[in-house]
Amino acid sequence: MNQFQNLTKGFLKENPILVLVLGTCPTLATTTSSLNGMGMGIATTFVLAGSNAVIALLSGVIPDKVRIPAFIVIIASFVTIVDLIMQAYVPDLYKTLGIFIPLIVVNCIVLGRAEAFACKNSVTSSLIDGIGMGLGFTMALGILGAFREIVGSGSIFGHKFISGDGILVFILAPGAFMALGYLIALVNRIKKS
Amino acid sequence: MAKTESTFKNMVLSLTLISLVSSACLGFVYELTKKPIELSNLSKKLDAVKQVVPEFTNDPNKEMFRLPTGEGDSLDIYPAKSGDKVTGYAVSTFTSKGFSGKIYLMAGFRLDGSIINISVLEQKETPGLGTKMTEPAFKDQFRDKNPDTFGLKVKKDGGKVDAITAATISSRAFCDAVQKAYNTLKKGGLL
Repeated sequence: MNQFQNLTKGFLKENPILVLVLGTCPTLATTTSSLNGMGMGIATTFVLAGSNAVIALLSGVIPDKVRIPAFIVIIASFVTIVDLIMQAYVPDLYKTLGIFIPLIVVNCIVLGRAEAFACKNSVTSSLIDGIGMGLGFTMALGILGAFREIVGSGSIFGHKFISGDGILVFILAPGAFMALGYLIALVNRIKKS
Repeated sequence: MAKTESTFKNMVLSLTLISLVSSACLGFVYELTKKPIELSNLSKKLDAVKQVVPEFTNDPNKEMFRLPTGEGDSLDIYPAKSGDKVTGYAVSTFTSKGFSGKIYLMAGFRLDGSIINISVLEQKETPGLGTKMTEPAFKDQFRDKNPDTFGLKVKKDGGKVDAITAATISSRAFCDAVQKAYNTLKKGGLL
């Protein structure tokens, strides 16, 4: 597999949300609007790329029996860095995402990539894998967020194009499940043909 | 590079080293972002004060003081002065009666007790329903009203406030926070 395939596999072939269906908790909770979804996605991308690279670098040094705690410490450090930086420079986004930023630590995608990819591959491929997976995650969250925002509150990226309410259920949790379900069905359909 | 063996010594050593390096990085980033975080919190507060009280020439943040609510806690009061004369008070108030978590508001009052404006500092209400409290359609109905004559309760409870559709609890909480600010000022003898 060349590096380009490595980068693009996160978009459709191995998309963490739409194909692997990992990390659905933050997906359902933060996609109430397109901006929130993408903000969450970008924060996760940074953590994925950083932790993948560092874990690949250290994979020879970390003894097998303590690899999980070591990975978690590395991932948690990156998450805290993202948390502090967002608090300092994008306080509004930080407030809306709230608890879901610290919770990136327990996002299955991040530890999943560390276990399945980064500890067996080179630093460069792991970094590219992290970025690709992160962008795939961001894309899925962006689409889901945009759809829920358009249908649920009649706006896109915060700009209202119809006055009044949309279909409120799509802003709430049940709508998140429905939208994600349809999106996965659509992706399966595309992949089949 | 050969894989490090999982001996006790190796495990302790590698985990200690990783934790040490991580904490050093975190300390560095913490120091780096400490100032901007403080600044953004401060400017947020000051922006809210500016929204809810008339023009002022002093620095309300410096002259901030606390008043007890009479319910066991206290609220931050920001006096707005033009020259030496106090023109109004911005009260940073809160309520724990929200639908999900506490709601923090900044409410501005004139000296006769009427509300100038209200700004929402922090809320975690249901998106699309309770979050409408941040929109002018809801909070502008409080403008220029005096809580003495304007019943600070939703119409369902016998007051005069038009509640947000499908978010009565959030609307009630909003009123509760404003009432708390008013009561505190009154008790403190500022109105």
